[in-house]
Amino acid sequence: MTNHNDTWKIAGREFRSRLMVGTGKYADFGQMARAIEASGAEIVTVAVRRVNISDRSKESLLDYLDLKRYTLLPNTAGCYSADDAVRTCRLAREAGLSDFVKLEVLGDEKTLFPDNEELLKAAAILVKEGFTVLPYTSDDPIMCRKLEDLGCAAVMPLGAPIGSGLGIRNPYNIRIILESVKVPVIVDAGVGTASDAAIAMELGCDGVLMNTAISGATDPVAMAAAMNLAVRAGRLAYRAGRIPRKLYATASSPLEGVIG
Amino acid sequence: MKIVVNGEEQVIAAMSVNDYLATIDRDPRPIAVELNRVILPRSDYGTTFLREGDQLEIVWFVGGG
Repeated sequence: MTNHNDTWKIAGREFRSRLMVGTGKYADFGQMARAIEASGAEIVTVAVRRVNISDRSKESLLDYLDLKRYTLLPNTAGCYSADDAVRTCRLAREAGLSDFVKLEVLGDEKTLFPDNEELLKAAAILVKEGFTVLPYTSDDPIMCRKLEDLGCAAVMPLGAPIGSGLGIRNPYNIRIILESVKVPVIVDAGVGTASDAAIAMELGCDGVLMNTAISGATDPVAMAAAMNLAVRAGRLAYRAGRIPRKLYATASSPLEGVIG
Repeated sequence: MKIVVNGEEQVIAAMSVNDYLATIDRDPRPIAVELNRVILPRSDYGTTFLREGDQLEIVWFVGGG
């Protein structure tokens, strides 16, 4: 098996797992921790939100995540302008341990598609401020190239709308993106089940990021384990090199020596 | 004096940011503070005194994708 030394890097930091997972929408922090463990992920996304100053309960999701083991990737979910996204990233860096950020600037609430104009504006500012910027973007090769040119450490095209579970809707665009940029390509959003994650990896993506597909499953811990296997299987199949698609059959057994 | 904390008006006595954080019973470690839209480094909590009309944002990490 060629799987053992198949590590990858984001901004010079090496990772083994190619599955990145979110921490949202679990029944409780315990279930979240068990699912993340089963996923094998090393990078986990978190959101930045106001502290409820009248609620004095001290339980934090950080109590359930060993920060020596996991790299936190704070997101800018809920931001609809470059200004809000940049402020959120600055707060995240102050609260956290690294300058990694998942930059998302949303265009509308119904689709949660990115606002590309604001995304480019925010990415430019954050790169200048020394952030390691991982932008959630539409599956548009030109956008991805612009984000790479600005200095983003990876590009994260969506497979389908966030939380939709529709899978990789445009694998051809993902392939063009893979040929268009040199930075890691991570499919972010749209995965519904294990085969979707495997398809992303078979296309040659460097990683897959998901949240709802795991946390929304009937058994999130089992689905996390399935995603772990799917990402590894898809990656291995990509490296193994699949056979070309053909319209007609090719026999697997010898044509000679058939009785008769 | 009046200040605005996370969008809500609060009436407080004059005090440092550090003392204010103590009143909300928060361990200052996993949070970040923005004062009037500018990040306030943790090392400045003790020496920064709140003034009338100040706007504070106090955030931390929650579950998200």
